Amino acid sequence: SFSDDVSLLVVLIDTNPFFWSTSSSSLNFHQFVSHVLVFLDLIVRLSQLNQIVVIATGHNTCDYIYDSSLDTDQVTGEGELPALYSFVLQRLEEFVNKDEKLGAKQEGLSEKRASSLLSGSLSMALCYIQRVFRSGPLHPQPRILCLQGSPDGSEQYVSIMNAIFSAQRSMVPIDCCYVGSHNSAFLQQASYITGGVYVKPQHLEGLYQYLATVFAVDLHSRSFLQLPRPAGVDFRASCFCHKTTIDMGYVCSVCLSIFCKHHDKCSTCGSVFGKAQLDAASDRKRKASES
Amino acid sequence: MSSGQVTKRVKYKTSVKDAGTPGRLSLVKERLVFRPNNPNSASKLDMQFKYITNHRYTKEGSNKAPMLNLTSNQGASYIFEFESYEDLHICRDFVGCANLMKFGHKGVAELLHRQQKLQILELIRKFIQNNPAEMICSSVQGCCKTIDYVLHSELQKLHQQFVGGGVLTEAEFWATRKKLLEKDANRKAKQRGGLKSSVLAESKPFIDGRTNRVTFNLTPEIVREIFSEKPAVHRAYLNFVPSKMADKDFWTKYCRAEYLQRSKNIAAAIAEAAEDEELAIFLKPDDILANETRRKIRRVDPTLDMETDQGDDYSHLPDHGIFRDGSKEVAESGNELYQRTLLQDLNRHAAVVLQGTPIDEEQLKDTQTVAEALERSKQERSTASKDDESSADQERLKGISQAMTIDDLRGSNDHHLAPLWIKDPRDYFDSRQASSVKTSIEATKGTMSSHESYGLLRESISQIKSMGLNHPVVASEVAQKVLSVLTHNISSTKYNLGKKPGESLLDSLPTSVRDELLHHHISIEELMKHFWSSYPITNKYLNTKVTKLKDEMSKMDSQLQKLKEAVQPDIRHQITLLIRPMQQALEAAMQHYDAEQQKRASKAREKPNGYS
Repeated sequence: SFSDDVSLLVVLIDTNPFFWSTSSSSLNFHQFVSHVLVFLDLIVRLSQLNQIVVIATGHNTCDYIYDSSLDTDQVTGEGELPALYSFVLQRLEEFVNKDEKLGAKQEGLSEKRASSLLSGSLSMALCYIQRVFRSGPLHPQPRILCLQGSPDGSEQYVSIMNAIFSAQRSMVPIDCCYVGSHNSAFLQQASYITGGVYVKPQHLEGLYQYLATVFAVDLHSRSFLQLPRPAGVDFRASCFCHKTTIDMGYVCSVCLSIFCKHHDKCSTCGSVFGKAQLDAASDRKRKASES
Repeated sequence: MSSGQVTKRVKYKTSVKDAGTPGRLSLVKERLVFRPNNPNSASKLDMQFKYITNHRYTKEGSNKAPMLNLTSNQGASYIFEFESYEDLHICRDFVGCANLMKFGHKGVAELLHRQQKLQILELIRKFIQNNPAEMICSSVQGCCKTIDYVLHSELQKLHQQFVGGGVLTEAEFWATRKKLLEKDANRKAKQRGGLKSSVLAESKPFIDGRTNRVTFNLTPEIVREIFSEKPAVHRAYLNFVPSKMADKDFWTKYCRAEYLQRSKNIAAAIAEAAEDEELAIFLKPDDILANETRRKIRRVDPTLDMETDQGDDYSHLPDHGIFRDGSKEVAESGNELYQRTLLQDLNRHAAVVLQGTPIDEEQLKDTQTVAEALERSKQERSTASKDDESSADQERLKGISQAMTIDDLRGSNDHHLAPLWIKDPRDYFDSRQASSVKTSIEATKGTMSSHESYGLLRESISQIKSMGLNHPVVASEVAQKVLSVLTHNISSTKYNLGKKPGESLLDSLPTSVRDELLHHHISIEELMKHFWSSYPITNKYLNTKVTKLKDEMSKMDSQLQKLKEAVQPDIRHQITLLIRPMQQALEAAMQHYDAEQQKRASKAREKPNGYS
């Protein structure tokens, strides 16, 4: 039978060029990749049964970079760098080229708030995990680690929330190590709902230490550790009509879609809304003052 | 006592056994003077009260002579023997009060610590009783307050914080604490006894078989009960006595009627009633009662539901129960006019007891006064209830009409049915995509073109490929820093709390934090009391008061915040939870204040119609 302390770790790496080109000096893409590579090596060496899967989150697409259980990805060979690193780097480079090519088709349109396709990579991770579940009784406990720096894309709110709920249903924790500037509400909610850990490191030059201390441990051993929990969670949602982040708005009582302004009809399920309470009250007031 | 001077004839002794020099002792506000009768004697005394630290005196019950022993701060004692204990008491009280006023607050505190609290309070009360004008004297009032807030040092802190800080005035602060100022004002609450639940009127008469005499025992209490329960008898008494017949005759007739009733000899009762008119009154059913009952029946709320209380068995206790056994009474038809059943009597007695007009002892002197007093009280009650009745009637009618409408039997509301509409889910996702493309299209140009950004990524990757990774990838100091940051927030309270029985969270906190927390809590409570009692704001005084309170509240809020931040990280979470209700109360009050201010401002802006 499988032992408890084996992990199947799916790592989602943020390769959004628009974020990395503007990132602070304490962590650029070069250093980020170095830290992550060493961390991947650590996981692999912790146990022979550990598996890792690396998915790159690009701007226009997402793709699997490395899967330790695949025969095609078995890394051997000598060279300056350990074989794992050169393999991953090679695949990363190919991915970046692919991502750029896909983006070139929409040339001339640059982004104000450049967000990566987190919803896509989350979905890919969950699909992989589902396949593992159906492969048989012997599988390690899967979890997802999100290494994200790009800000939240509010247009992806619904897809990300769906992915989060699906992860919650399958009991897959979503951890997050956020290296961007402001906290990500979506990922905070993801960790909170699925029982994962959300960390926003203060000292980015020691990113590897954060990864090794917090995220290297398997799920079973987490019950013996006190991992850092954030003080609060930002539960804001995006409205469905304009994709702006709101914390007060209107909710359709049929399908629970959120709107920032009063609509006559729900765009998701089509139910007709009655006249809003506030408007009715102000009408009455106006009539009273006129008479 | 006059305006603060006492002169008494005393004998001045240096020790108890000493014979003593006769002379006069004068006590004025700040000094005592002893002048011996013999002007050549050397034992003159002229001392200020502030040098006297203690005074002792002989008790009245003892066989010793009345003596007062004053001790000075240098240790010398001066003993004065008085002519009577009264003199002694007067001088002693004077000295005691003088001590108080002279010592001021500190002295009172000292005396308190020597556990003379009761004596001090006694002194003050006597002083106040004897000198009503002096009550205005702030020092005495100050002493009263001092005693209380020395006894309650939290009160002192609160007082200092609010009154000293100018947030509340003295009057406001003490407004809710009047009880503390008058210590044991009226210990004896005058509570009048109520009616006994035993039916006194049913006490068996003494029947002497030999002489064929029946003796009834009527005390004023029984008489009162009879009058309350049988208003017709009461009316008859008021009408007949003393105009028509004497008191004794009246009661003789009444007792005869009672005896006839008891004997269950209905025929005899009817016969006697036919002869004697007044006797008939006693035998007939009470018509006043009947009218009242009819009225009450009309007023009964048909929607009332009642619960019966089973199992209350009081009959074996004294002052409870009845002496009459109703089981053997048989109601013969046709003679109901002259028969009173046990149930009727019992119900009437119970109604009177529940009505509960208390008995004053003075009224029970004799039957005449009892009758008059009862009449008076009844008149008062009837005038009071007349106004209530008309409004009560209306309310009753309204209540009945409301209860009578049964919702189910009404016509049904028209429920609008919404038709079922199933949308194609693909439309939803397509619209999502369209909107997302739209948002991605609208934007300004970034600092770097996309090609350059991708180029950066590629460059980083090739750099790593060529140069390899850093050795080590993380510097040791940085790693240590990260480790300490990650671990220092780990709180151990989760494991320590709740292990020892009887240990509460407050006890486990460090004392300074705990005291601060408690003090904050008390002061916030005080602030809230004064704040919420000032609404609605009707005048300017309340307005300024509320503004001051609000400033204090915001100060308190920031103090709480600072407390939270200053405390150790492993108890910070618990402290936050403890503080949260206080912060919420402060926030609610401040929000209310802001909302009120806005309302007033908008009201001020609105001009009435026609004004420009």
